[in-house]
Amino acid sequence: MTLTLPTFEASTAPLARRNPVAKLAAALLFSAPLIATLDPLTPTIALAVELAVLPLFGMRYGTLFRRAWPLVLAAGGIVITLVLFAAERTGATVATLGPFAVTTGVLVTALGMVLRVFAIALPGIIVFATTDPTDLADALVQNVRAPARFAIGALAAFRLVPLLGEEWQMLSLARRARGIDAGRNPVAKLRLFVSTAFALLVGALRRGGRLAVAMDARGFDAGTPRTYARRQTFGRADAALMAGAMLVSAAALTTSVLVGLFRPIIG
Amino acid sequence: MGELVLRGFGWRHAGRRAWAVRGVDLRVAHGERVLLLGPSGAGKSTLLAALAGLLPEDSGESEGTVEIDGLDPRKARERVGIVFQDPQTQLVMSRSGDDVAFGLENRGVPAGEIWPRVDEALDRVGFGYGRDRPTAALSGGEQQRLALAGTLALRPGLLLLDEPTANLDPAGAALIRAAVARALGDDTTLIIVEHRVAEALPLVDRVIVLEPGGGVRADGPPDEVFAAHGDRLAEEGVWVPGHPVAPRRAVSGPGAPLVRAEAVTLRNRLAPTRLTVHEGEVLAVTGPNGAGKSTLALLLGGLLKPTSGTIDAVPGGAPHRWRAAELTTRIGSVFQDPEHQFVTHRVADELALGPRRIGRPAAEVGRVVDDLLQRLRLEKLAGANPYTLSGGEARRLSVATALATAPRLLVLDEPTFGQDRRTWIELVDLLARLRDNGHGIVAVTHDDDFVAALAGSVHRLERAV
Repeated sequence: MTLTLPTFEASTAPLARRNPVAKLAAALLFSAPLIATLDPLTPTIALAVELAVLPLFGMRYGTLFRRAWPLVLAAGGIVITLVLFAAERTGATVATLGPFAVTTGVLVTALGMVLRVFAIALPGIIVFATTDPTDLADALVQNVRAPARFAIGALAAFRLVPLLGEEWQMLSLARRARGIDAGRNPVAKLRLFVSTAFALLVGALRRGGRLAVAMDARGFDAGTPRTYARRQTFGRADAALMAGAMLVSAAALTTSVLVGLFRPIIG
Repeated sequence: MGELVLRGFGWRHAGRRAWAVRGVDLRVAHGERVLLLGPSGAGKSTLLAALAGLLPEDSGESEGTVEIDGLDPRKARERVGIVFQDPQTQLVMSRSGDDVAFGLENRGVPAGEIWPRVDEALDRVGFGYGRDRPTAALSGGEQQRLALAGTLALRPGLLLLDEPTANLDPAGAALIRAAVARALGDDTTLIIVEHRVAEALPLVDRVIVLEPGGGVRADGPPDEVFAAHGDRLAEEGVWVPGHPVAPRRAVSGPGAPLVRAEAVTLRNRLAPTRLTVHEGEVLAVTGPNGAGKSTLALLLGGLLKPTSGTIDAVPGGAPHRWRAAELTTRIGSVFQDPEHQFVTHRVADELALGPRRIGRPAAEVGRVVDDLLQRLRLEKLAGANPYTLSGGEARRLSVATALATAPRLLVLDEPTFGQDRRTWIELVDLLARLRDNGHGIVAVTHDDDFVAALAGSVHRLERAV
């Protein structure tokens, strides 16, 4: 198991270039309203918009699929759960799996939920895939006045994350070398997992401590006002991106209400 | 700038009984280049941390005074730069240029001056890539160069190097030495801690030796200090030039085969490899970084399943299929980082773990533990927490844990890496005795002295994948 952080190539695509904070806010403004309804139309419109703007983020469809594939598992889980446990089995029966009647009503509900999962998650995936973490930290500090100690500190810690994958493998192998394995015993497996995780945590804390000292040695705790080598600006285009995201999302909801499919999540 | 004066300086970490460093009187003038030496535990790193202003007042007790250009080091932080051992935990940013800029941003250097100073610092250390080079794509030596650039960009009057090459292979260490030699101007005072003296000598004109009990044992030009104190320092573990270690030749040839690797590979990590390890043989596995040496050690140790090819232990077949407890009775693995292998909170428990897992009776476990504690000079540490041991102690313990279950084959990854001369000699003697008793030993190593002293045969891996 080796974790690698994605590498970022400065994209010149018009939306990828926007301020990271604006992109993140736009993703939230777009996704959040979609939670309000259970109908399949709203997420369908949202998904169509998301896929349509993807080239503006300079992202390929294949890349998006690779990053989003865990959602397919979630979708499969939703369909299975609904087929097994749906209380309302309205509509015509499409198939019968033993005691479970798979009806059109069940399938429509399942489809609606699957579309929602994708529609709500994709904006976040797109934004993080096209945003350099360094730029995000810079923008958080410079444009929304987040404390540098927090934003840059988190960024530095983030850089150590790929090491954790290698570390986990070494710790697991080292335990086997010491004569510790769990075999098929689930309790022993859990104990081994907990003890390996604890060792990983201890190692991570020590590394984090050393990193913190090294950062302070280079004046991170100096208290003098920091300057910025990389400038992040928040301009009209960034504000427009946020406004646009909110408007499109609202439009999708409105369409659903006008067509009469709107099913509020509450009530 | 960069002048320091210590008068009766001492420091005791909070909660410790012993002083880490004590009674140090020193004066280092502007532009001097000093090698700071002393046996393990003499307080070299603590002294550097004090000079760097990195010992907060509430983290311990101090006596005497330290002054840098007449200031308390905590108030002279802008005048001092420090580079530590581990490159991984010194880099902050994911792009090389950003990392050098980090310190300049912290010090509030105007934005317009930052990039020219970054470029200048990268140039001074001979960094061979552009500013956009991902720090994760750099080798250890290159990362350490970058860390040095990040410190030099701040234009410290006093540069402190705390074993800057200890975590690097010989090629990486050479990169750092070249970078320091190239980057140092006449306006910078240098203090370097480095137990591989030969590596540091070209950089310094003065040697200061700390006495473990407190005070300064010797202070002067390198020739004079080593003429008067070289033998004793070598004895205490410092790698003093001109004190070679005699080889430990095998008294008899190799015996029966213990494990055979046939066309063994691991995807993306090891190209097809064939070798046999015999009883009574020390086989050194050498080669450049990335050639798969550690991977081969894990495969021979029965810890990883090969992608293709076979590892055949005689008798018994493929060791990766064995249960862990059985494995420890046949093949012992010693990892590069001892701490990866520690699983208990006491040294004695650590040694007892293996014998207990293979079902040895309590009395026998006790005998094994006592024997190993004594053989590896760990008696006084039986109750200590393994994570609190020094580098040499942790190495001895990790070897002892592998020996506790008496395997015939021992696989070690960089066993002598970063060790002082004393631990080094103890390890070589221990492994030589094991070999003479018929154990097979595989050691992955970059250490030419180790190969010369002990290896009966050498298997060199080339970077192929």
